[in-house]
Amino acid sequence: MSKILEGLLYSETHEWVKVEGNIATVGVSDYAQESLGSVVYVEGFQDADVAQGEECGAIESVKAASDIMAPVSGKVIEVNNEVLDNPELINNDPYANWILKIEMSDEAELNNLLDATKYQSICK
Amino acid sequence: MEAKKTILYDRHLKYNAKMVEFGGFLMPIEYNYLSENGLSFEHMAVRCDCGLFDVSHMGEIYVSGKYTMKYLNYMITSNIEKAPCNRLTYGLFCMEDGCVVDDLMVYKYTDDYVLLVVNASNVDKDFEWLISHKGNFDVKIENKSASIGQIALQGPNAIKVLQNLTKFDLSSFSQMEFKEIEILNKKMLVSRSGYTGEDGFEIYGKNEDIIDLFDCLVEKYKVRLCGLGCRDTLRFEASMPLYGHEISDSIKPVEACLNYAIAYDKDFIGKDALLYTKEHLTRKLVGIELIDRGIARAGYELVDINTNEPIGFITTGYLIPNHTEALALGFVDIKYAKMNTIIGIKIRHNIVKAKIRDRKFMIKKYVK
Repeated sequence: MSKILEGLLYSETHEWVKVEGNIATVGVSDYAQESLGSVVYVEGFQDADVAQGEECGAIESVKAASDIMAPVSGKVIEVNNEVLDNPELINNDPYANWILKIEMSDEAELNNLLDATKYQSICK
Repeated sequence: MEAKKTILYDRHLKYNAKMVEFGGFLMPIEYNYLSENGLSFEHMAVRCDCGLFDVSHMGEIYVSGKYTMKYLNYMITSNIEKAPCNRLTYGLFCMEDGCVVDDLMVYKYTDDYVLLVVNASNVDKDFEWLISHKGNFDVKIENKSASIGQIALQGPNAIKVLQNLTKFDLSSFSQMEFKEIEILNKKMLVSRSGYTGEDGFEIYGKNEDIIDLFDCLVEKYKVRLCGLGCRDTLRFEASMPLYGHEISDSIKPVEACLNYAIAYDKDFIGKDALLYTKEHLTRKLVGIELIDRGIARAGYELVDINTNEPIGFITTGYLIPNHTEALALGFVDIKYAKMNTIIGIKIRHNIVKAKIRDRKFMIKKYVK
C-alpha cells in the first residue's frame, strides 16, 4: 500500500504539489516511485515555461524513462540538484525530496488537482 | 491474441514478480520477495554470485534426417556442417536481402539430429520459414516449444550450486559444450552457456521436471530469481545482440558486427547480399558513452553534433549497475564510427553529447 500525504495536491499522473504563495513545489508520489522501481536518473527543465499536463522533467529507472508532467502551468524556477545527484532519494522518501519548483501563471488550475482522498481512489 | 503463460507462471506470482508481456508470454520483469529486491540486485547477483531465470518462453525446433546438415547450412549463416557435435553454434536465419529473420543457438547432437533454440517472439515465423524453404531437402522439422521447459542458471557460482544436484562432473564441461545428463535423477539437456556474459548453464527438460528443479534451486539452495529486466541489462553489458534491437528484419548481421557468425565459404540464403554489404558498409553498430547527463534509450535519434543532421539511432541503452556513465549500443553512419568521435543524442528536447567507444562494456570470464 503506497503512502499518500494529507495536505498535498496530486495529479492523475502521480505528481504531488505543495503550494506556498504562487510557488508550486513538485515531486512524485510514493505510488509513482514504487511502480518505477529503483530511480537512477532525474531531470527538471530549468527555466522552461511549462503548461499544465505537459512534460516539465523526466524520471528514469534502470529499465524505463517516464515524463514528469507539470501539475500547473508556469515557469520552472528551481530544480533540486541534491535529487539530480542522488536519484535514489526519490525511492527513500518521495515526499521529502521535491524535484522542481514552478512559479504558477494561473493559480485557478489548482482546482484541477486531486486532494489526498480523491488521489487515493485512483491509486489502485 | 491472449498472452501465453510459461510452466513457471504460478511461481512468478508466488515470488511477487512484476509481470509483463514479452514475445507473446507473460514474463517476470523483476521480483519482489527478498529484503533487497529489484533489477539492480538481480543484475549484481548474476555478476557476483548466481541467478535463476525462467526462459521457457524460448522456442525449440528439432530438425532431423539424413540431409539435416545440407539443409541447415543453406538456412543458417554459420557453418553447421563443420561445427563439432555436442557444442553450441550461434547463427542467424537471413532473408535474400541479408536482413535477419531471427538469431538462434544450434545444438548439434549428430549430423542428422539438431535442436534449434530461437526467440519466443519468432517461433511461429521461424517454423514457417524453415518449412517454406524445405524444398527437396528430406528433413523432419518439429516445433516442440510447448512441451519443453527451460531455465538458465547464471553466474560465477552457478557451477557450485548445480553440482549439488548431479553426479556428472560439471567441471568437465567446456564453454558452449552440451550433453544430456541426469539432474535430480531426471534426464535433462544441459549446456554451459547463457545470455549474460557470465559462466553458467542453460537447462532443458520436460515441463514437470523443470518445475521441480526450479523449486529445488529456489527453496533449498536459495538462488536469487532474476527477471527479464536484468536479463536485458546483462546481455547489453556483455554486448550481445537482441532481435528487434541490434538485429531485425531491416538490419543485416554484418552491420551489427556479427561476421564471426557468417561463413562465406558456403552457400546460404542471403549470402550475396551480406557479401555486398560487407564490402560497402554504410552503417555500423558501435558502443556509445554519454558525456552529458542523460540515459539513451532504444529508438533515440543520433545526430551530427555540429549540424544536427540525423546519423543513426540507439538500439539499446541503459545506466546499468556498477557503471557511472550511461552506455548504449547504436547504429551510426560509417563516417561517425571511429573511436572517440563526438556525436549528439536527441533526448527529449535536448541534444546530449556522447562519444563513440568500443562495445566491451565488461570483461567476460568464461571458462576455456
